[in-house]
Amino acid sequence: MPGGRGAEATAVKRVEGLDKLTGAERYVDDLTIPGCLWGMTVRSPAPRGRVREVRFGTAVDWSEFTIVDQTDIPGENAIKLLETDQPVLAGSAVRHVHEPVLLLAHESREMCRRGVAAVEIVVESEDPIFDFRLSPTPDQIQHGSDNVLKRLSIVKGDVEAALAAATYVVEGAYETGAQEHVYLETQGMVAWVEDDGAVVVKGSMQCPYYIHAALTHALGRDDDGVRVIHAPTGGGFGGKEEYPSTIAAHAALLALKAGRPVKIIYDRGEDMAATTKRHPAQVRHRTGLDAEGRLLAQDIEVDLDGGAYVTLSPVVLSRAIIHAAGPYSCDNVRIVGRAMLTNSVPYGAFRGFGAPQSQFANERHMDIVASRIGMDPAELRRINLLREGETTSTGQVISDGADRIEVLDAALRHAEYAKRQERHVAFNAEHPYLRRGIGLASFYHGAGFTGAGEVYLKSRVGLAARPDGSVAVLAASTEMGQGTTTVFTQIAAERLGYADGDVSIVEPDTAVVPDSGPTVASRTVMVVGHLVERACDNLRARLEVAADGTGDELKTAIRQWYADHPGGSLQVEAEYHKPEWVEWDDEAYCGDAYAAFSWATYIAEVEVDLRTCNTRVTDFVAVQEVGRVMNETLARGQVQGGVVQGIGWALMEECKLEAGATRNNQLTNYIIPTSVDVPPVRVFFLQKAGAPGPGGAKGIGEMPIDGPAPAVINAVAAALGRQPTSIPLTPERLFDMLEDAS
Amino acid sequence: MRVLMPDTLDRALEMRALETDALPIAGGTDLMVDWPEHLDLHDRVFLDLSGVGGLKSLVWDDRSLGIGALTTYWDVLSDPRAGTELPMLQAAARTVGAVQIQTRGTWAGNIANGSPAADGVPVLMAYGAEVELACMESTRRIPLSGFYHGYKQLEMRPDELITRVWLPRREHRFEEFIKVGARRAQAITKVGVAIACSDEGWRVVANSMAATVCRCPRLERMLDDEVEVSSPADLLDAIRGDVSPIDDIRSTARYRQKVMSRVVYHSLRAECAWVH
Amino acid sequence: MEIAFKLNGEQVTVQTEPTARLLDLLRYPLGLTGTKEGCGEGECCACTVYLDGDPVNACLVPVFQVRGREVLTIEAIDRHSLEPLLQSGATQCGACTPGVVMMATWVTTRPHLLEQFSARELMAGNLCRCTGYDGIIEGLQAALDVDGAEDGA
Repeated sequence: MPGGRGAEATAVKRVEGLDKLTGAERYVDDLTIPGCLWGMTVRSPAPRGRVREVRFGTAVDWSEFTIVDQTDIPGENAIKLLETDQPVLAGSAVRHVHEPVLLLAHESREMCRRGVAAVEIVVESEDPIFDFRLSPTPDQIQHGSDNVLKRLSIVKGDVEAALAAATYVVEGAYETGAQEHVYLETQGMVAWVEDDGAVVVKGSMQCPYYIHAALTHALGRDDDGVRVIHAPTGGGFGGKEEYPSTIAAHAALLALKAGRPVKIIYDRGEDMAATTKRHPAQVRHRTGLDAEGRLLAQDIEVDLDGGAYVTLSPVVLSRAIIHAAGPYSCDNVRIVGRAMLTNSVPYGAFRGFGAPQSQFANERHMDIVASRIGMDPAELRRINLLREGETTSTGQVISDGADRIEVLDAALRHAEYAKRQERHVAFNAEHPYLRRGIGLASFYHGAGFTGAGEVYLKSRVGLAARPDGSVAVLAASTEMGQGTTTVFTQIAAERLGYADGDVSIVEPDTAVVPDSGPTVASRTVMVVGHLVERACDNLRARLEVAADGTGDELKTAIRQWYADHPGGSLQVEAEYHKPEWVEWDDEAYCGDAYAAFSWATYIAEVEVDLRTCNTRVTDFVAVQEVGRVMNETLARGQVQGGVVQGIGWALMEECKLEAGATRNNQLTNYIIPTSVDVPPVRVFFLQKAGAPGPGGAKGIGEMPIDGPAPAVINAVAAALGRQPTSIPLTPERLFDMLEDAS
Repeated sequence: MRVLMPDTLDRALEMRALETDALPIAGGTDLMVDWPEHLDLHDRVFLDLSGVGGLKSLVWDDRSLGIGALTTYWDVLSDPRAGTELPMLQAAARTVGAVQIQTRGTWAGNIANGSPAADGVPVLMAYGAEVELACMESTRRIPLSGFYHGYKQLEMRPDELITRVWLPRREHRFEEFIKVGARRAQAITKVGVAIACSDEGWRVVANSMAATVCRCPRLERMLDDEVEVSSPADLLDAIRGDVSPIDDIRSTARYRQKVMSRVVYHSLRAECAWVH
Repeated sequence: MEIAFKLNGEQVTVQTEPTARLLDLLRYPLGLTGTKEGCGEGECCACTVYLDGDPVNACLVPVFQVRGREVLTIEAIDRHSLEPLLQSGATQCGACTPGVVMMATWVTTRPHLLEQFSARELMAGNLCRCTGYDGIIEGLQAALDVDGAEDGA
């Protein structure tokens, strides 16, 4: 078994694991809904313009179809999220290719497809903009006065003065591409109308209450008029954070009009073409250092391509800039961020949420700085990594007991960094066309919502006691493979002194569970898991069982309560309260950005084939400090999966955009790593830091995708003695870079 | 949609002659891709060859190997003799999709589909394969290297079916199949080359480098004439004459051309004692 | 059209549209939803089933080609054989998992394949976006070790 073990952690087996292995788990497309119709979406063929006409061809009998357009929307024609700029169905204007215009439902899926093919949307084109790095012409302005969806900045100290005084000033510009989530289960939703008139949607999702809010808004209903149920979800990675609200609204509209249940399941091609991707980014650095290599100033500009609507871009930008300066101590930092509108399919949430983009740039830049000042990349990081008591770019004092130098050193040791560097020199001198190199990245990732975000969420978790003494956790946090169900079971069982079998997790359903906030932002274990613990404490307190009481004592008390309250129902709640020390100034954008950071150093070894410019990752070491590891198997799986997704983003995953849409919307042409494209990922956990999560746990879901791309590209740079600055570094891109230089 | 389901070759040829618009289908690994979205195919007539007996096994005789119309990649991978005697067949077979594709995809289907990226075709062509074409009245054999006239244009009449592919059992002094794809498994070829040398001389066949899989006569002549080569660049003129790659969704013409010169050069450097 | 074939050991006869894929037939009329659709283009192998004992992608098999043949799906796999994959973290979201199990089980019963291919190569068709493959490969290796030990006993 690769990888080491940190402190012994319980390895409770995945609760729903056997159902998944046997295929018994029922995802939305596996549900049998009597009388269900198939729903499909007719989309804009043009990136920007006025819808002049919708032509219905003669290839199908339209009387057999349910047809929904924007006039069928009872509430506001808007997907409620941060803003309400994105329509449920385009009205007179379209802003991107594949924008939904019309919905069809039919008993036969095949006929539904034929129906979609028979509709022609006639669009009178207007001038689109596709390159977020360019200033728009007046004709291209579609948001505010300059197409800027959001501007944010962080200022610490005096950057210009520090740059003027620096021994070295190193500049660089870096670019990262769009990335497709490729959750293996495509998006899907089923909707029906209950006898009492309530609209119910069930499907693949991360955030039931986001959908609930979007549906009440678009359908013009009160909270009880809409119910959202989570179906087992086959992967999310952020791709099922906001987009499912659109599909849910579509399914609901069709179901309301048809008077029958309607199921919408996206084909892979539709999913890859029409749904969100990771924001493309351009990041520019200007860095000042003293003669010893200490950081004096970091001047950073982060530009994101937001696509055609606001979606979550302001929040992605926020996380991007907060992580842009890396886990380093520097007294003078200026970070300016912009998210730009383009007429591309809207970009949205994707694991890491902007941090992978900005930390790719920062960690690539650190290597370029090291090479410029003649220092080993590991040494440059060692000098500058945050020490206990030092502050991040937002002025957050770091004093969590973690030792970032120890993380770095552990990674160097496990990777045999220095020894391999030597071996590579010898190998590269001999081999006719293979070149080997090793590269590292040190980085961090904040867990939970930024700043006061968790305060606004006011997350709640319920705990229901059953008459037999067992308990059920009621939370809106969803299981999408990351292990929510198992870890919540563990947390409650451990807190109550119960066996795992005495705890069940209720299927997230807005009619049943309280709003625990969205299942995003590496917050589920740390924030919501902590609420599970507190709900457990509240149950004990309610029954006057001592805090150190055994599980049996609690069970006895529960049974007694039910004996005393025939027909009663015993349920308690816990609500989020921010840790007292967390202070965040949203105006100045400074203070305690996150209640906890996870820290990591990842090291990649690569072999580049100069014949083909293919890069193969031959070893990968991932060392992280994430506080307490709740479940070793699950945590290791999160890291390994995130690393491989990050390697894909670094080397092969490229959205080939044409008119703002992904042209290679097939798994044959959008290439993700297979089992032979990656080495075993060697995972190590340090578990020293304190954190606000259960037993000292922090978030872990996103961090693993921040480090692989810079580590891999730094290794390529080491192998070739060249400095690539953009990803994905496909063979063609590396080829062009080497050819154009020679 | 209508499906013709013959269980003998004679019956299949009869149906083929009667319904020349019918699409022959064997393993389905090309025709069925994204099937639900290909509504045009749903209205066609299919000639299902999967039930025809006697066409699946590999047939070895003294001088040749016969690959049946229904022989799959996996059938070849499971035949140890193919591995030792015609190793490029196995080398190519294991690069075609996943095992789940290799158990269904057929060599004959790969030929008939006519894709320039076909991975089965270059190794067959480099081994000097002949295609056996049958119609109701007759059977003929033509060299695979003469089978393609242009993009998806085959030397095959509408009443004919590929019944077998014949490979001569020759000694090879050198044989290598090189596939350059976007990843290490399940990749569509960006640059592919099969190189073989027997008493008949050198054979170099490229895929994904032109509108069809094709032999590279200029390269072959250089090798036969033992022209001194000291770098990949020395092969470029011949390659430019032999192939004409394009920019597409998977790669660029410039990449394909240069990479072909490099992989061919490094493949042959030791064998041809090219000094650098 | 009417199709008769052997499904998970039982002879069945079904009425189906000729345009249906084996995947559609299994999932909808027959209700065997353990077989998942990941891509519909033969690329992800989530829909792996056995056709006459060989692993194939059910999304690329037209229904008319299963007449008279034998199909085995994830529903026929012995759940007791899955402990190694459960232990190793081979499943996360579960969407690729039935296909992974079908392929891993096929390899487990044919250990001689590992003389010709690596475990990673045999599993390369099964795309997984959650595990990074280590959990799958380790589970397969553990299952092979278990079977090997039983064979040796």
